[in-house]
Amino acid sequence: MKNICFYFQIHQPLRLKRYRFFEIGHDHYYYDDFQNEERMKTLVEQSYIPANRTILEMIRSSNGKFKCTFSISGIALEQLEQYAPEVIDSFKELAKTGSVEFLAEPYAHSISSIFDANEFELQVKMHADKIESLFGKKPTAFRNAELIYSDKIGEIVSKMGYKTMLIDEARHIMGWKSPNFVYNHSYVHKLKLLIRNSRLSDDISFRFSDQNSGNFPLTADKFIGWVKSSPENEEITNIWMGYEALGMYQKAESGIFEFLKALPYHAMEQQISFIFPTEAGKKFESAGTISCPYPISWSGHEKDLSFWTGNDLQQEALNKLYAVSERVHMCSDKPLQRDWLMLQSTDHFRYMSHRDANGTHFESPYEAFMNYMNVLADFLERVEAQYPTTIENEELNELLKTINHQEKEIESLENELQKVKAKKVKVAVEK
Amino acid sequence: MKALMFGWEFPPHILGGLGTASYGLTRGMSMQHDMEITFVIPKPHGDEDQSFLKIVGACNVPVVWKDNDWEYINQRIGKTMHPDEYFWLRNGIKYNFNRIHTNDLGCIDFSGRYPDNLIEEISNYEAVASVLAHQMDFDIIHSHDWLTYPAGVFAKQISGKPLVIHVHATDFDRSRGQVNPTVYGIEKRGMDAADHIMTVSELTRRIVIEKYHQHPDKVTTVHNAVDAVPDAHTFTKTPRKDKVVTFLGRITMQKGPEYFVEAAHKVLQKTKDVRFVMAGSGDMMAAMVDLVAKRRIADKFHFTGFLKGRQVHEMLAESDVYIMPSVSEPFGISPLEAMQVGTPTIISKQSGCAEILTHAIKTDYWDIDAMADAIYAIVKNPAMHKSLQDLGRDEVNNIRWEDAGLKVRGIYDRAIHRS
Repeated sequence: MKNICFYFQIHQPLRLKRYRFFEIGHDHYYYDDFQNEERMKTLVEQSYIPANRTILEMIRSSNGKFKCTFSISGIALEQLEQYAPEVIDSFKELAKTGSVEFLAEPYAHSISSIFDANEFELQVKMHADKIESLFGKKPTAFRNAELIYSDKIGEIVSKMGYKTMLIDEARHIMGWKSPNFVYNHSYVHKLKLLIRNSRLSDDISFRFSDQNSGNFPLTADKFIGWVKSSPENEEITNIWMGYEALGMYQKAESGIFEFLKALPYHAMEQQISFIFPTEAGKKFESAGTISCPYPISWSGHEKDLSFWTGNDLQQEALNKLYAVSERVHMCSDKPLQRDWLMLQSTDHFRYMSHRDANGTHFESPYEAFMNYMNVLADFLERVEAQYPTTIENEELNELLKTINHQEKEIESLENELQKVKAKKVKVAVEK
Repeated sequence: MKALMFGWEFPPHILGGLGTASYGLTRGMSMQHDMEITFVIPKPHGDEDQSFLKIVGACNVPVVWKDNDWEYINQRIGKTMHPDEYFWLRNGIKYNFNRIHTNDLGCIDFSGRYPDNLIEEISNYEAVASVLAHQMDFDIIHSHDWLTYPAGVFAKQISGKPLVIHVHATDFDRSRGQVNPTVYGIEKRGMDAADHIMTVSELTRRIVIEKYHQHPDKVTTVHNAVDAVPDAHTFTKTPRKDKVVTFLGRITMQKGPEYFVEAAHKVLQKTKDVRFVMAGSGDMMAAMVDLVAKRRIADKFHFTGFLKGRQVHEMLAESDVYIMPSVSEPFGISPLEAMQVGTPTIISKQSGCAEILTHAIKTDYWDIDAMADAIYAIVKNPAMHKSLQDLGRDEVNNIRWEDAGLKVRGIYDRAIHRS
């Protein structure tokens, strides 16, 4: 029996405002509120609300047989809470049906898995807590920002207790292997890997309304037919995309929602069911191991990290940012901690790409870099103001320990003093 | 394909960008093996590079019949033209130009510069064009800039051959909107009569369409290129404590020098180890010195005066940033030259070259904040400097006159085919 695993991703960075160098040290607010709100509202109106409504309807009319999965970054959740709380409510409603799974991912949609394993773990925990507090359930499957994966990352993810991870179909990693099986990590065998079926996913997210695609018009009947026609033993088809594909890239007028609504019916007719990543990881045996010594992602033809780390500007920005990671962790300043997260979104670095600065609101990669570095300079000054960099991290750690423990120590010493005094009085009385 | 070109300047004796562009373009076109170019200029010096084209000096072309012997002609103009050619051209005199003041050879004395009686020189140039049009054999006429449009138009009327004109600048660029009606008239007549118009940028193309009312189909952009500097590696940068930011060009209203001073002021408020250099001369120089003093940044702001030849490349190579805040620049070749020697550049969006450059910072000419920000970023961020330097150098090395030449050739072919 065949299964379809649907997963939708939602992420929107907190876009930075125009920040000139003479504002460094004066202005500590970095975000373009107007633009962020505007974008979020457009997405909500055109995509999230109608798509959520459609999915809810699909779940109800199929008696819970239709299932799908969401991965929403912490930053996106925060923005939804602020600008469109009705979307959060609608996700809660979806969560209640039991036909929706939420995935874990790094809170800030960051590239920390490559640059700072410690930070990566913190963010994953943070995100899992956020999902639990909103939707009442801790995530059990994991997907990384931009589907970045390598053996090393898989190992960390497994150590954190996740048994299933979602990765992309990168040709140089997969070779002849079909994406329609479950695989496992090359040496941490208990970590199951699900592979995105790029062709079928892109048929919906990029090509649904493309009249030149050769498959136009794409109907639910035809689509399910493709899934059905895969070799008999292939058990899972992973259809993963950005949620904005529904309603934003593929407009409502294109019939994308009607297409979706018709899917469960045709699937059932062909005895195809829907499945969560966690279920798939448990249910299916691994068809083999996948070895991935160098990181892959879901972007571009090469499926590598070059869109975020490919040029000197990006390297410089990332290195400067992650150099203070340890120091920021020692700080207790709340606004500083928040800015630290917001500045890590992969998008800021994508905007610096000479090859494809997808979604950028800057005129050139250089402008994106200048703006980011100005913001970062101010941020670094604030970090410096917390604790001067002349003190080494280790030394600082010791000092902080002393400071944090001094109350307890004073207390215990006072107690001791009391005891001694009492003893003394007792002795005096006895005499 | 034989082209008769009318120009005004040709290296090594040049006064502005027109000469450099004329040289580059003709050299690029000469790569096409069947291309024969005759380039007319008012007054050659005899040391022009004629290896790839033929230079004809208008000052050696007789417009009035005078009887002279071979020896005398050889003695007078032998340096720049063969006497046989003189006698051959003399047969092309079909009109009476006695009204024009000529010398004992029947030739007109051109200054070859931009004198006060420029309009008169332009019309005298027409007379020369008539002689050439009658006598020479060519397939197309190509006029560079407004000074030569009347000559081109006259040659077209006589020969019936198609005329293409090359707009290197319009009076709207030079005057910041205060157009000289005489100049406008000459430009407009030239454009109206032309079979096709080439502009050095989209910016100029829009001006030609909107201000000179030309049909968009008749106007094509052929971006300028830049000649490779063969000794680019010989220009080195002396290590110094302070970073150097340079403005280089005529200090006139068109080039926006005041925005550079204001941006310098902004940068110096935040950081001290940057120096600013204004190289060149012009009618706004005194005003700029005043402005620098008023902003109290004279200790960090330097004027070099006019630079030429190798000094230009040396200055560019010594700089950490080159900036061109032009208010209106049809193309602007100097940023490309700066990039060739590895200097990151900041250019105004109102410059034609901004259309073909990716690895340069572009700001509006009036946006002092953006300009200051870019200067600050380049001098403070080695990664930014390096990126602009490496990628910028690769980029300009791929902008070749040869390609521009092919585009011009396509326009020739279409113009000839149509007529």
